[in-house]
Amino acid sequence: MKKMKKFQLNKNKKNNFLTYGMIIVVYIIMQTLLSTGNVSSLLGGLLVPLCMYAIAAVSLNLVVGFSGELSLGQAGFMCVGAYSSALFSNLVGDAMPAGIRFFCAIIIGALVAGIFGILIGIPVLRLKGDYLAIVTLAFGEIIKNLINVVTLGKDKAGLHLSFTSSAGLNMDDSGEVIIDGALGITGTPRDANFTIGVILLLITVAVVLNLVHSRSGRAITAIRDNRIAAESIGLNITKYKLMAFAISTTLAGMAGVLYAHNLSSLTVKIFNYNTSILILVFVVLGGIGNIRGSIIAAVVLTALPELLRELSTYRMLIYAILLIAMMLFNWAPAAINFRERVAAKIKAKKKNQKEAA
Amino acid sequence: MEELYTLEVRNLCISFGGLQAVDRFDMKVKEGELYGLIGPNGAGKTTIFNLLTGVYKPDEGIVKLAGKDITGLKTMNINKAGIARTFQNIRLFKEMTVLDNVKTGLHNKYKYSTLTGILRLPGFRKKEKEMTDEAKEILKVFDLDQEQDLLAGNLPYGKQRKLEIARALATGPKLLLLDEPAAGMNPNETLELMDTIRFVRDHFKITILLIEHDMKLVSGICEELTVLNFGQVLTSGKTTEVLHDPEVIKAYLGE
Amino acid sequence: MSFISYLINGISLGSVYAIIALGYTMVYGIAKMLNFAHGDVIMIGGYVVLIAVSGFGLSPVLAVVLSMVICTLLGMGIEKVAYKPLRNATSPLAVLITAIGVSYFLQNIALIFFGAEAKTFPDIIKLPALKLAGGELTITGTTIVTIITSVVIVVALSLFVNKSKPGKAMKAVSEDRGAAQLMGINVNATISLTFAIGSGLAAIAGVLLCAAYPSLTPYTGAMPGIKAFTAAVFGGIGSIPGAMIGGILLGVIEILGKAYISSQVADAIVFSVLIIVLLVKPTGLFGKNIQEKV
Repeated sequence: MKKMKKFQLNKNKKNNFLTYGMIIVVYIIMQTLLSTGNVSSLLGGLLVPLCMYAIAAVSLNLVVGFSGELSLGQAGFMCVGAYSSALFSNLVGDAMPAGIRFFCAIIIGALVAGIFGILIGIPVLRLKGDYLAIVTLAFGEIIKNLINVVTLGKDKAGLHLSFTSSAGLNMDDSGEVIIDGALGITGTPRDANFTIGVILLLITVAVVLNLVHSRSGRAITAIRDNRIAAESIGLNITKYKLMAFAISTTLAGMAGVLYAHNLSSLTVKIFNYNTSILILVFVVLGGIGNIRGSIIAAVVLTALPELLRELSTYRMLIYAILLIAMMLFNWAPAAINFRERVAAKIKAKKKNQKEAA
Repeated sequence: MEELYTLEVRNLCISFGGLQAVDRFDMKVKEGELYGLIGPNGAGKTTIFNLLTGVYKPDEGIVKLAGKDITGLKTMNINKAGIARTFQNIRLFKEMTVLDNVKTGLHNKYKYSTLTGILRLPGFRKKEKEMTDEAKEILKVFDLDQEQDLLAGNLPYGKQRKLEIARALATGPKLLLLDEPAAGMNPNETLELMDTIRFVRDHFKITILLIEHDMKLVSGICEELTVLNFGQVLTSGKTTEVLHDPEVIKAYLGE
Repeated sequence: MSFISYLINGISLGSVYAIIALGYTMVYGIAKMLNFAHGDVIMIGGYVVLIAVSGFGLSPVLAVVLSMVICTLLGMGIEKVAYKPLRNATSPLAVLITAIGVSYFLQNIALIFFGAEAKTFPDIIKLPALKLAGGELTITGTTIVTIITSVVIVVALSLFVNKSKPGKAMKAVSEDRGAAQLMGINVNATISLTFAIGSGLAAIAGVLLCAAYPSLTPYTGAMPGIKAFTAAVFGGIGSIPGAMIGGILLGVIEILGKAYISSQVADAIVFSVLIIVLLVKPTGLFGKNIQEKV
């Protein structure tokens, strides 16, 4: 039960290196297996999504674990990142070398998601209360709705935008539909791969860990622990809440870029409320405030049900029960008391045994 | 020439609903003074602290810090102007270490950008070291340096009170407000606290205004007092004179 | 004439939102928590009526009463098992995340028992439609019943909270839980009662919602739930008349948005209202500003 030490800042550098080391070791093992052809196509196809979920979970943990706010729109921000970057890559096409194009796509997807994060955060984060949860949830739905009605095409004359259907684009013969409403974007170059996914995951982990163990990170955590005291020592509450949230949405956008460039066709379907909840489940089960836990939970809980198909009917139900049970076990004052009493008893017993020996 | 006061409050008023919680409150605190604000329960002492630190906005009146008008500023900016405080019900960053609590207090003194922190750019290590060094020094004053890596929430009660003072001092205030610093302490701890408060005043060269119920502490360290009753100033002046004022005794003991 | 007809439809939908919003606003005011599972109780209420009427041939009135009983018990049970243990938790996130867990749990239980495919809700309100303006304007029986029901509920609830003893206890608990306890009010019972009333109302909302939009899935309650929360924020969280007016305004905005802008972006418009309200007047139309004690 090492995960129980939630919310505790890990001063221990060892712990951070353990996190990086774990990612790198798993990567090397998988690469070796891949090159020797020992990975089933099912698992092979899961590798990039696994990285995406891990990035999303780590980024959400920054908000939930360190800023103490609840965001239910992580999938919405991934969606924004995915669509903006896929659009960019589609428009650029072969005009840029694949490497540079993908690099720019990552920057664009992350930035757009970050800007949306700031736009959502400004009205909400200056308020006290649970508003962020409901507004981010609403945001996810708005984004899904809006993207579903957008069609965008390109011909010699330039870009055409319509909110009705692809026929409404009025393009000439050279016209090519890029975004087709609910059918999404097709033809995105498949620039992403497992190695890039792991690199982006490492970047995400480094950003979050370095931030948390810095001046701004202390401010973010202090505000979570006691808002009034934080104000009294001169911290700007809104600024740091917004900072944590915007960085989180930026990283979520990056996860979206990864997903968009892993498949050649992209629809908004995957970025729904259930995905946001799923990411929250990873964070809670991995331990709130525990970065390594988020990664492990994301990987295990994504890979297991895919590999054990028969579980799938009950998968969501089990997650729901686990979520409730974990929260009650970790946070209910009665449960905490009980655990402390048991721990004290075990300690006393050990002591007795030692003295007897 | 007019004397310059560290804190000058004139005609401060606030009401909640129909209740006039603070009514035409005046107070002048000289630089370097140890000043006490006393009064029966519910007299409005903590409300005055909240008005001074911008938690509430006054309906009327002026608050000046070292001659500068700070009335109506936000809490954050009042701290930057030079007022730090502690709370009646301790408000620490419980899930952070003792050291980090104080380092957070140094937030506005040692600055480096968020990007420097994330990318570990040059300057990060140096600034962090400076912060840690100063924080450790402050902790030493309060005899908390042995506990620096503990979570603040795991400290015993008396030490939590001390840590709260340490964190407030880290912000480099001109004026420190202590809200019942001896609450919940035994007589020995209170004696020790009195020495610490005097030492803090001399060592950090600051002015201290405190709310306290423990009359031994008040008469032992405060040089001047203001007595508050039903939101109004009953009397103020030298501690010995005020404590012998029959009006004050009446307010405390009732008729 | 079509505008008036849209307007009436909007008021009708808004009345349903208002009834749901009452549950949110009371629980938020008294237990200080955002009960994410509230919308899913509506869905359960819908399934109970569906099974009772279509499966067991119960009369609609009996089915609605049964649904109310089951939802009330469900709401109280959820509170007791999942929320009460976390009432004094150190982090406010704890109960919020648990509520999401409960919401998710109810949806997936329904998914396993009833399947993902939409079930057709029986036609249980058999009131003839009202024809006005020489037949140009038709108001369905369901619309009439919905609007009347919501008005009755709001009036009754206002009277209950302001005049009755348990209602006053609710007000006291929402004002200051500690002080209420010292005055001899049973806080646990009062919070439990709040959940009971909110969930009972959710059952009624479920029936009215399904009567107007007769297709029921495990996710039926989720969206109206979130929209009703928006309505509660719009009207000012904690305020009963606020929930009513917020709900009706939101319903009208949604239906007019669907009619005149686009049916696909109507939800987006509704949620934009939430963001605008928070930006301009976070306390809502009738909310009070609550200051934290320092």
